[in-house]
Amino acid sequence: MLFKLAWKSLLARRVSVLLTVLMMIVSIFVLLSVETIRYQAKDSFTKTVSGVDLIVGARTGQVNLLLYSVFHIGVPTNNISWQSYQDIASRSSVAWTIPISLGDSHRGYRVIGTSTDFFEFFRFGNKQSLEFQQGKAFDDHFDAVIGSEVAKQLGYQVDDAIVLSHGIANTSFSKHDDNPFQITGILAPTGTPVDQSVYVSLQGIEAIHANWQGGVKVPGTTTPNVENLQPQAITAFMLGLNSRIQTFNLQRQINEYQQEPLQAILPGATLMSLWSMLSSVEQLLLLIASLVLLGALIGMANMLLVSMRERRHELSVLRALGYRPGFLFCLLQLEALLISLVAAVGAFISLQLSMYVLKDWLLQEYGILLTRLSILNEFLFMLPMVMLASFLVALIPAVSAYRQGLHQQLNL
Amino acid sequence: MTNRYAIQIDDCQFRYQQNSDSVVLQIAHWEIKKGETVFVYGPSGSGKSTLLNLLAGILLPQRGTIKLDEVILNQLSHRKRDAYRARHIGMVFQRFNLIPYLTVADNIKLASHFSKQGKQHLQQRTLELMNALQLDAQILERPASQLSVGQQQRVAIVRSLINQPELLIVDEPTSALDSDARDSFVDLLLEQVKAMQATLIFVSHDRILAQHFSRQLDIQSFVVAGEKHAV
Repeated sequence: MLFKLAWKSLLARRVSVLLTVLMMIVSIFVLLSVETIRYQAKDSFTKTVSGVDLIVGARTGQVNLLLYSVFHIGVPTNNISWQSYQDIASRSSVAWTIPISLGDSHRGYRVIGTSTDFFEFFRFGNKQSLEFQQGKAFDDHFDAVIGSEVAKQLGYQVDDAIVLSHGIANTSFSKHDDNPFQITGILAPTGTPVDQSVYVSLQGIEAIHANWQGGVKVPGTTTPNVENLQPQAITAFMLGLNSRIQTFNLQRQINEYQQEPLQAILPGATLMSLWSMLSSVEQLLLLIASLVLLGALIGMANMLLVSMRERRHELSVLRALGYRPGFLFCLLQLEALLISLVAAVGAFISLQLSMYVLKDWLLQEYGILLTRLSILNEFLFMLPMVMLASFLVALIPAVSAYRQGLHQQLNL
Repeated sequence: MTNRYAIQIDDCQFRYQQNSDSVVLQIAHWEIKKGETVFVYGPSGSGKSTLLNLLAGILLPQRGTIKLDEVILNQLSHRKRDAYRARHIGMVFQRFNLIPYLTVADNIKLASHFSKQGKQHLQQRTLELMNALQLDAQILERPASQLSVGQQQRVAIVRSLINQPELLIVDEPTSALDSDARDSFVDLLLEQVKAMQATLIFVSHDRILAQHFSRQLDIQSFVVAGEKHAV
């Protein structure tokens, strides 16, 4: 009887109830989105690089090394010599290495000098390897492979020629325009900084800098024979081990490397510590979303409270029939619960649907990779909290109904 | 030996606390035998509603006892008073007796919910009462809001009688009806009350109806102080 009464009374006031439900859907949608983004962002962030056991660079802060080697953010403090790289790469425990040489850019996108091992061994997400949307890996010194975002934003196709700029500013005045590069391939979207990068060979990087000194070109010189170019230094390198048991051992050896001050970091652990620095933003988002929900709940409480005025005859009839004030309390609480539940399910369904519909668009436009499409876990985690909040806020109209039942005389 | 009185009020005083100049009811002694039909009259705001709320156990006197059959109503707990009202007292108001968005059947079930009788029996009894009050059984599935005022009032009577109450309290039930409908309504009501041997308290300001009842009470004989408010 209680349920029937609550349900039918909501249906009888369907317009204001519907508006309240919509308001609640919007706010729960926001909360659920934030919760999902929190999870997805962390997931996507920590999966920017996977399958790499160590990242080695010049001695600097752990986070700094991670930022410039993986996210291409910030400026490397120092290079490491080619000999040290060769020495470590040739050790028996090392399965593969990916050299990284930074310092140039193309119209604001970072240019990374590397080897073809990058396309073979680099992993992101759940150990996914890089794929080509078009074309193939570079093979000549003046070949380039571009990330999907670069291709999209600048409208490049395979076989287009591009000119690299010295330095990383968007408006660099020193261009390597005597040695244009030819695009041989475009990578498929990954949702990682790879999408925003241009990859060329180490020899290519070496060749365009061969006659440069102090950041400017020495006039009247020509590019030497690139076949004989040996890189002098690289910025950092990633490495994979034959057995992960050796990780800490090798890390210690690198950190204690005698010939040159080097540093090796565990990408996973450093990503986590970087993430914890970002988590205050995440907390702030959650706070804002919670306040939006609180606003909607107060709106619902207000709707129920106002409805009590038009329902005073109804409450009076129930009292006359012998229903207790506690029944009226439960009636109001049940109505609030039904509104919240319907809204929560509505928000869940709409967010879930929009994720399916928008997932490709998000990746294409914003480079956000939805690593997991189901938000059922977030929903089940959040539902009890929403219900509890709904119960607490609905105490206002429910207690008011209780008191009205207790004191109101019959036959108004 | 059962009590032959339906209502016994002794040494009873009630005043509204918040509003010192409003009605004060003082009843030294008042008793109504079982099966009597009482017509209570008096101008608006003279204390009729106060008396009804006292009899229904919604208001409590500051002093004295209100005894219904064997039970001293004002000495019961809140919970027991509500339960007593559900089983032993039927009430019909001026209007707004029914919950508009529920069907007629559901409105009746709101009361029979407290009954200890079986579902089948209640269903049969509903149909009997509907028939006696000249209501078509087809309206059972219609929302109460679609009924005419006359129909609504008769459904309210059906509901108030469904639990076979010993006491039926009716407050100006005819004020929204025209005079023909009013007389037939009162006749139907009295017929049912008689059939059930219930006691009836019927409140109205309309003295023309008084002739139908076995006793009359001028509410002003209970009022000892305060202004009479014309509302």
